[in-house]
Order: sequence, then structure tokens, then C-alpha cells
Amino acid sequence: MPADFISSLFVFILAAFLGIELIKRVSPLLHTPLMSLTNALDAIVLVAAIIIAGRHETRLSTILGLIAVAASFSNMVGGFVITDRMLGMFKTGKAAKKS
Amino acid sequence: MSPADLQQLIDVTYILAAIGFILAIKWLGSPVTAKRGVLIGEIASAIAVVATLCNPEVSQYKWIIITLIIGAGVGFPLGLVKMTAVPQRTALSHAFGALSAALIGIAEYYVSAPNVPKFQMAEIGLEVIIGSLTFTGSIIAAGKLQEILPQRPITYKGQNIVSLTVLAAAIGLMIALVIHPDYTYLFPIMIGVALLFGIMLVTPIGGADMPTVISLLNSYAGFSAALLGFVLSNKVLIVAGALDGASGFILSVIMCKAMNRSFTNVLFGAFGQVQPSAAGAKEERAVKSASPEDAAGILAAANKVVIVPGYGMAVAQAQHKVRELYDILTKKGIDVRFGIHPVAGRMPGHMNVLLAEADIPYDRLMEMDQINGDLPQTDVALVIGANDVTNPAARSDQSSPIFGMPIIDVDKARTVMVIKRSMAAGFAGIDNPLYYLDNTMMLFGDAKKFVSDIVRELSGGGH
Repeated sequence: MPADFISSLFVFILAAFLGIELIKRVSPLLHTPLMSLTNALDAIVLVAAIIIAGRHETRLSTILGLIAVAASFSNMVGGFVITDRMLGMFKTGKAAKKS
Repeated sequence: MSPADLQQLIDVTYILAAIGFILAIKWLGSPVTAKRGVLIGEIASAIAVVATLCNPEVSQYKWIIITLIIGAGVGFPLGLVKMTAVPQRTALSHAFGALSAALIGIAEYYVSAPNVPKFQMAEIGLEVIIGSLTFTGSIIAAGKLQEILPQRPITYKGQNIVSLTVLAAAIGLMIALVIHPDYTYLFPIMIGVALLFGIMLVTPIGGADMPTVISLLNSYAGFSAALLGFVLSNKVLIVAGALDGASGFILSVIMCKAMNRSFTNVLFGAFGQVQPSAAGAKEERAVKSASPEDAAGILAAANKVVIVPGYGMAVAQAQHKVRELYDILTKKGIDVRFGIHPVAGRMPGHMNVLLAEADIPYDRLMEMDQINGDLPQTDVALVIGANDVTNPAARSDQSSPIFGMPIIDVDKARTVMVIKRSMAAGFAGIDNPLYYLDNTMMLFGDAKKFVSDIVRELSGGGH
């Protein structure tokens, strides 16, 4: 078992527990924006895609990396845009009357 | 700066990004701070991406920039879809997320194959299997939600055994690769089998179970990213993937509880073919139907109204007309609130987003538990395009397939009005005794048209 695995597992377990505690507190009102936001955050796999595509180890790895760059960046852009749009629609009674 | 220093600096930006992600979700917890959460998430992602572009291992930016532009070109319009299309957009984004995680895992494999250490082979294998099945599963889910594919569950005899055999085959191939790393030809077969399993996993699941399925796919997409983080020893991927995975998992649990079903029941129990017996009984019972004028009269005389929306409201695009109804009733001094069942619609929170889009203040949107206590004091409960989530058989009829499912107790209101196209049974094919109650009035017609007829009656004066 590589040494890295244990430290990775450590990070994973802490992050998962923290995630569970945080997400339990998200109001059901915002469950759809929650899903699109976590999706946008998850698109950080883009950093791995950039490295694979930029290393040019084999032709195949470069091409797969580039497709992954497009797919994950599309999620990042789309996820943030739609989350922001949705949250802009949530107004309290007073704010809704003003607009 | 030496390359080692630069690498450390990049790692520091990844830590900052991870902090940003955690704050993003924390701030999303309440509508007051939610926008700040999106902003910090954007900043965190941008820092990590810019730092990665400075990584000395990355060379030749031309194609990376071109693919980034393509990604933005695809992603931006997907961020601008109508609120009614949000469920399929979400399914599609799970597909993209899983696709990129799977492709990176595949690339990692072929860079070092056949000399992949056993432990790493297991990590890559698991990551690629989950990524691949999430990819095809999400595509099927998006197709069903977009109504390109049939929404009804597609089932056949022995389906579960066949599906599980396919999953076992994918895992078996992964184990074979761990034991015999030089059998590299097994790797593409494993991918193919996992892709096939994704299709088989979602095809038998129908419309009303979509909130659970989308949440589960969300969870899988997150965990595939986290597993990729294990493969690459990249902690920011692990943190983001764990947060996304945990979020999908919790939402799935909430959805399952809201339907009083277990995961295995959603995944392996087809819901569609129950209850042939109820069909015979319902023709004998009479329902009361009413016109828009009758409905408007009763609404105008009410003090407290609770509107219960469901997927039918989304299909009829009636949310803006519902807003007009809300406005006109509120102006008459009537207390109007909305009762939202957790599984109303096609994804978690779907109804809230649609009503918020129509400019209905979110403090009028009540969760099931908040509204149920008030329903006995409510004059009119108006059900728009919801069926199973208001079915009192869930409370009383032990033989009902939805027995035990928490429902919105509209039947306890003084008058219940149900806008419905016809007496056809809902998705689950279950008859709804609500429609035959003495205090229930059926309003037959298209939700959008019926609500606008009521609005016209109300604004025409007379009350």
C-alpha cells in the first residue's frame, strides 16, 4: 500500500464528514442550487485534465486529457452560471415587491 | 523560483481552493449568504486552475486553450437553460463530470500500462468503472428527462440478475487486471462492460424516481472525482469529490426517506406494474368536478390557502400563472403559502426553483413538515399537477404500494381542489382516494389554462 494512500484516505474521510455536516444544514429550498454548485466545484478535475493534456506523454493521453479539459471546464462554467442565476431568483417578500 | 518551490506554491493554492470549496457549501446553507458561496467557489476554482496552468509540466498551451474555449462554449449556454430544463441539465453535467474523471483515469492507465502497480491498478480500475457507469447512466437519465427516451420504467424478467451479473463482470475484469497487469486487452472490455451497466442501471427507473436517481448519480460523479484524486495523489480533487459525493449521498437519503423506500428498492424494485385491482373499483365511485367560476368563488371566500405544486405544474409551464393567482389572492388579504414535498418534480428542490423563477417570495415556500400542521386550519388546499405526494392511501391503506410514504395532508383542509388533466392514474399507477372525498373538487383541464381562468374570474370583480 503506497504511503500516499493513507494520507489521501485521511483527507477523504475528513472532507466527507465535513461535507455531510455542512450539507445537512442546507435548506431544502436550495437543494437544486446545491447540486449545481457541488457539480461546479467537482469540475476542479480540470486541474488534472490540464496536467494530463499538457504533459504530452503519449498521443492518446494528450487527446483524452484535452477532451476532459473541455468536459470539465464546461461543467465549471455552466455550473457556476446556473447556480448564480437560480440564487438570483430567490427573493424575500420585501425584495420581490421592490423588483 | 526552482521547480520544487513552484510545485509547493501550486500545492498551497490547492489548499486555498479546498478552503474556498468548504466555505462555498457552508454559505450556500442559507438564501441570505448563498450568493457569496458561489463567488468564493468561483474564486477558489480560478486560483487552482491558474496555478495549474503555471505548472512546469504543462507545455504547449495552444490546444489547452482551444479546448477551454470549447468547454466554455458548451457550458455557458447550458448555464442559461430555462428552469424547467434544470433536471436534464444537471443529469448532463453529471455525465460530463464522470466522463472527464473516467478519461483521465484511462489516460493514466495507458501512460504506464502494462507496468501499473497492483494497488494503483485497483484504484484506476474502480475509478474508471464508476466514472463510466455514471457517464452512461446520466446520459440515459438526461434522455428520459428531456423526453427523448420513454419516462416509464423499461423492465423485463430477470432484469436485476442480468444487471448484477454485468456489474460483477466489470469488477471481475478489474480484479483480473490487478492480478495480471499484462492482460492489457481486458481494460477496454472492462470499460465497455461498465458503460453497459450504467445504461442497465437507469433504464428500468421511471419518472417519479428521478430525484433519487439524479442524487445518486451526483454522488457517483463526486466519488469518481475523489477516486481520481487517490490515483493522482491530488488532495484538492479528493476534497471536491468528497464534498460532491457526500452531497449527492445525503440528497439521495432525503429523497428515499421522502418516498419511504430504500436505495435497493429504488434501484431494483420497479414501481410501475403494481395495482391492477384498483382500476376496477374507481369507475364506480363518483367525483365532484367544478368550473373555474366555482373555484374562484371558493378561493375568494377563503382566509388561508395552501398551494401544492407537482411535476404537472412544470410540464404545463404554469408557474407564472400560479404567481398571478398568488398575487391576486394576496391582494385580497388571503394568506397564500406553498407546500412543497421533497420529491415533487424531477430533482431535489425543483419546485422551489420554478416558483422562485416566477418571483414568488421564498418565505412563502414551506417544507412538508412545516405545512402539514397548518392544513387542518386551511380553508383551501389547491393541488396543481401533484398526485402521489398527496395520496392519503399512503397513511391508511396498508396494501398501497406507497403505504408509509410521508405525504402533504391536503385532505385535512376544509376544501381540496385538484387541477388534473383527467382521472388517469399518476406515474405510479396508483389510484388516489383523495379524489373521491366529500370535500374534494376536481378541476379538470390543463394546469396553465385552468389557473389563468381562475385568475380571470377573480380579477373580473364580483367578489
